Amino acid sequence: MANNILDFEKPLIELADKIKELQTFMDEKGLDLSEELGRLKERAENLQKEIYDDLDTLQILQIARHPNRPTASDFVEYIFDDFIEIHGDRKFGDDKAILGGIGLIENKAFTFLGHQKGKTTKENLSRNFGMPHPEGYRKAFRLMKQAEKFGRPIISLVNTPGAYPGIGAEERGQAEAIAKNLMVMSDLKVPIVVVVTGEGGSGGALGIGLGDRIMMLEYSYYSVSTPEACAAILWKDAEKSPEAAEALKINAKALKKLGIIDRVIKEPVGGAHKDPEMSAKLLKAAILEEYEELKKLSVVELIEKRYQKYREVGEFSFKPNEDMLKEEVE
Amino acid sequence: MFKDLFGKPKYVTVKSREKQEREDISPDSHLWTKCSNCNAIVFNKKLVENLMVCSECNYHFRISARDRLAITVDEDSFQEFGADIHSEDPLDFPDYKEKLLQAKIKTGLDEAVLTGEAVINGFPVVIGVMDFTFMGGSMGSVVGEKITLAVEKSLETKKPLVLITTAGGARMQEGLVSLMQMAKTSAAVKKLDNAGILYICIMTDPTSGGVTASFASIADIIMAESGALIAFAGPRVIKQTISADLPEGFQRAEFLLEHGMVDMVVDRKDMKSQLARILMIHQQGVRNCG
Repeated sequence: MANNILDFEKPLIELADKIKELQTFMDEKGLDLSEELGRLKERAENLQKEIYDDLDTLQILQIARHPNRPTASDFVEYIFDDFIEIHGDRKFGDDKAILGGIGLIENKAFTFLGHQKGKTTKENLSRNFGMPHPEGYRKAFRLMKQAEKFGRPIISLVNTPGAYPGIGAEERGQAEAIAKNLMVMSDLKVPIVVVVTGEGGSGGALGIGLGDRIMMLEYSYYSVSTPEACAAILWKDAEKSPEAAEALKINAKALKKLGIIDRVIKEPVGGAHKDPEMSAKLLKAAILEEYEELKKLSVVELIEKRYQKYREVGEFSFKPNEDMLKEEVE
Repeated sequence: MFKDLFGKPKYVTVKSREKQEREDISPDSHLWTKCSNCNAIVFNKKLVENLMVCSECNYHFRISARDRLAITVDEDSFQEFGADIHSEDPLDFPDYKEKLLQAKIKTGLDEAVLTGEAVINGFPVVIGVMDFTFMGGSMGSVVGEKITLAVEKSLETKKPLVLITTAGGARMQEGLVSLMQMAKTSAAVKKLDNAGILYICIMTDPTSGGVTASFASIADIIMAESGALIAFAGPRVIKQTISADLPEGFQRAEFLLEHGMVDMVVDRKDMKSQLARILMIHQQGVRNCG
C-alpha cells in the first residue's frame, strides 16, 4: 500500500497521519484538544478540495492506472447479486484479460463484459495486464450474440491500456476481432451500457466499447493513443507526454464537453481506490438509471438511435477552408 | 515520392491546384531510381511502365490515390463526391491546422481519401481510395465521414463498394473523435452487410491501426497487394513490447494469407482484372437470385 501513494496525495496523507497522531495523543493523555483537531480536519478538507478540484490530466492518468483501482471483478462483486463467469471463444482459447459472464442485478438478468486487470504481479501476468488477444474479443462477441438471443441487456466495463501488440495476436487477427465486434455491437438488439472505469486505451477499449450510453468514471481516461505514444510519434519525444496528455483531451470532463461521452460518474474523494464499495454504488446507480431509460425504447428505436449517435460523430465543414487556414497561419 | 504518374488525371474532377509544389523526385528530373527493397537501379520510364513495381524483385512502391484510381477504374469514369468536406480542429491540437495545410499543398488532395462513383471494366462501383502521403493516410473526421458517405452511396445505388486502403491508423490530432470514426464506419458497413451489397477491400502498403481494426477488415472479400504491410499494431511497437525479433515476412500480405486473414494476394498489374472478375462473378450471382 505504502508504495502506491501518488505524489500529489502526499500532503494529504501527511495531514491525515498528523490528525491520527493527535487523536491518539488526546486519547492517551486524556486531554481535550478538539479545537486543534477540528482545525486540522478543516485544513485537510480544504486541501483535499484544492488538490482534487484542480488535477491535471497526468494526475488523472495516475489515478486511472492506480494499482489498487477496482477491477472489473471487484465491481462485479459489488454490483451483481449473483454472477456466473463464462469462458472461452470456442475457437482458440480463453482470454483472461476479458471477464465475461451472466448475472442478476435486482432480479434482472444482465450479460457482463469487462477488461480484467490483476492486482498482484502474478495475477497481472495471467490477465496480461488487461490487454486482450483476439480470443478475448471473440469471447465478447460470443457473449454479445448470446445476450441478443436471450434479450439480455449488456454492461461493458472498459479498463485496458490497449489490445495486446504481440506476434500471436497479429497472427490470429487482432484487427479483425475488434472490427467484427464494432460491426456486431452497432446493431445488436439489446441495450448496451458502457463505462470506462480506468484506462480507455484506443481500439482495444473500443473493441468492447460501442454502445447506447458511454459513461466514464471521474478519474478515468479514454484516448486514441497513450500520451506517451502520441508524444513519441508526433514530436519524436516521449518526454513530452504531459503536453500530449493535455492536447489529446482524454479526461472525462473534456470528453463530456466534446460530446463524445454521455455522462461522468462521480468517484469517492481521492478516487475509486479509496473506497471501492462507494465507487461501485455510484457506478451501479448510474448504470441502472441509464438502463431504465433505454428499456423504454423499442428495438427499432434503440438501434436507430445508436446508429445516429455514431453517424454524427465528427467535426468538419463544407466550405473550402483554406481561407480560414490562411487566416490562422497569418 | 512518386505521384500522379499515370497520365494526366483527366478522370479526376478535383480541381488541380496551381500552387501545388512538387518537391518530390519525378521522372522528369531523374532518370533512374534505386529500389528500396533490392537496391537495383531501375529506369524510371520502365518503373512507370511497370506501374511502379520493381522489375527485379517485384517490390511494389507506394503510389498516390490519384495514380491508384488511374490504374483501377475505366478512363474518365470517376465522378467524385464528398470533395467539399474539410477537416476542422475539434481539439485545438497544436500545429494541426498547419499540418493539414501542408498536407493539402504537398499532395494536391483535400484529405486522405478520395471517394466517388466509377466503372471498372464496365462494372459500376462506388469507390474510395486512400492516400498515405496525406498525414500518413490517417482517419479523422473527414476520412470517417467520406468512407461512411461511400457506404451510403453504395446502399442507395446498390452498386458494389470498393475501398482501397493505406493508413497509419486513427488521426492522433483529432483524439477520440478519430477513434470514434472506427465505430462510425463499421456501423455503416453493417448496414451494407444487412442489405446484401458486395464490399471489396483492397489493402495496400501499409494498412494498419484503426483502419485495419474497423471498416477494412470486415469486407466480404479482402484483396491484399503483394508485399503490403497489414497490421493492427505496427512491427516497431510489437518489437518494443516483446523485445524479440519478428519472424521473417511478419505482417506482410503473404503472411496474412497464410494465416487466413485475407482472401488473396494480388500483384498490382493484375489487380484491376482480378477485381473485375470478382465483380463479374458476383453480378452473375445477383442476376441468378433476381
